[in-house]
Amino acid sequence: MYEIIEGFLEAIRLIVTLDPDVMAIAARSIIISLTATIIATLFAVPLGAAINFGTFPGKKSLINLIQTLYSLPTVVVGLLIFLLISRVGPFGFLRLLFTPTAMVIAQTVLVLPIMTGLTISALSGVDPVIRDTLYSLGATRLQFLINIMKEARFAILAAVAVGFGRAISEVGAAILVGGNIMASSFASSTRVLTTAISLETSMGNISQSIALGIVLLVIALGVNLAIARVQHR
Amino acid sequence: MIELDSVSKNFGDTTVLAGVTGQVNRGEIFAVIGPSGAGKSTLLRLIDLLDTPTEGAIRINGLDIHADKGRRLSIRRMMGMVFQKPAVFNTTVTENVAVGLRFRGAGRSEIRKMVEDALDMVGLAGYGDRKARTLSGGEMQRVALARAMVIEPEVLLMDEPTANLDPVSVAMIEDLVVRINRDLGTTIVFSTHDMYQGQRLAHRIGVLMDGVFSQVGTPREVFTLPASREVARFVGIENIVEGGVVEGEDGTAVVDAGGVRVRARSPASTGERVTLCIRSEDLRIAAPSMDTPGRNSLPGTVTSIVPRGPFSRVTVDCGVPLSSVLSWKAVDVLEIREGSRVSVSFAPESVHVVRGVNHRGSGRG
Repeated sequence: MYEIIEGFLEAIRLIVTLDPDVMAIAARSIIISLTATIIATLFAVPLGAAINFGTFPGKKSLINLIQTLYSLPTVVVGLLIFLLISRVGPFGFLRLLFTPTAMVIAQTVLVLPIMTGLTISALSGVDPVIRDTLYSLGATRLQFLINIMKEARFAILAAVAVGFGRAISEVGAAILVGGNIMASSFASSTRVLTTAISLETSMGNISQSIALGIVLLVIALGVNLAIARVQHR
Repeated sequence: MIELDSVSKNFGDTTVLAGVTGQVNRGEIFAVIGPSGAGKSTLLRLIDLLDTPTEGAIRINGLDIHADKGRRLSIRRMMGMVFQKPAVFNTTVTENVAVGLRFRGAGRSEIRKMVEDALDMVGLAGYGDRKARTLSGGEMQRVALARAMVIEPEVLLMDEPTANLDPVSVAMIEDLVVRINRDLGTTIVFSTHDMYQGQRLAHRIGVLMDGVFSQVGTPREVFTLPASREVARFVGIENIVEGGVVEGEDGTAVVDAGGVRVRARSPASTGERVTLCIRSEDLRIAAPSMDTPGRNSLPGTVTSIVPRGPFSRVTVDCGVPLSSVLSWKAVDVLEIREGSRVSVSFAPESVHVVRGVNHRGSGRG
């Protein structure tokens, strides 16, 4: 018990004094996961719109599949990307293994299903009368899509936030394809909050782990507050 | 202007419209009235190209609107539609009203001017910067109306526009419908299950029942000369009696309805099966001895007196049940109570005879 309290106090000291190691890891986490989320958004939103407004055989099954992939285990994604980019894999020549880029790719793949699925829910949740109203006002197909997106903007934003939350909090893929490397340069290091917590805890550096854990929670809280603010505006 | 040619619509195994035929003239207010589930919304959605008919054609200015997919947009842009459920976009009132103009690529200053005028017309001047979602249902529906009108449509379609609104908002919307039609000459097609609203607003009414127009006519025709027993019941005629003509000549028919003889103005001939429709307002209830020359006068026994607002509905068994509406005072003066013997009288002109007893008949009396 004493150890935990001491760890907690030390954690607060690390945060308050903006400990360079902790801040670097936090910054890297945000950069990697944010990049992955942005790339995933660029795919997920148009894909979600295409699936929601498209009519094609197997649509329901596809949506079911996407929803199943919400709970895609992070280590499985990590393993998949690992196999693809490892030296012997088909993309081994790109030398991406154990780089931040590999982590971005893995996290993008990881959050793509949930963001696509939530985009579909967001769009299908728009009142049918709103859809009819847009058509009756003489919208072209493109005008229709843009305006439906506008109507669903808060729900789509929530999908993006969920994607970011899943990306920044996952550890399995990050450790498999990133390797939790603390290199001399910021850009070639792959140590992020989750992998660092895992390492520090196994090494007995409880206070460091708690500090990193708190930072992770604060980031999650910050994202949620920002979204709530936008939605209530 | 709008021609409905045997328009049918099935959803899976369910037939909603079963061959609607009719015509809406340019510049008129046409009401589609009918009970819930009769297909009113479906008909309006077909006209607005939000759905495609299973069979038949809808022509506007002679052009089959569903025939050419390439023209859908330009045809749709001739029309504006207001839906039953007040639905606004999650933005300001001004932006809501501006949407249709933006779709058409109107310029900024033009949009501002037209939106202001439209909001002024629906009595929402000064509401422009408000969030549309914070408005009341009636206000939202007026935003929807302004949004549909600002694009200056040739045809305005309204699907039960007042069904979910409070009486004050209903009156406002109704007033706007009349003004838009009168001042702008817009052809208006609206649906309602409220027959009195149809009567108040429409130049002509189509009664939609079981997927077809049972009757199309002026409000007066529909309310006084219903084409069938079902229409009669829908437009609130309480006394509907079937019988056979026992004597028919010179435009007068004597009808035997379950042993009771009723005289009516009708060209029906002897032996014909008919349905008699008599509005309860046209029935007089009097003491049994009262003499009423030239009128039908049937003795009977009062079977029920049911209060209805400031009136009472009195039902009398004359061999066939007939009911009338009396003021409370009249009930007191006549000393009517259940079991009283009275005389029910009505003029032959008050009896509307529907010829043919086929239940979806379109014969006129």
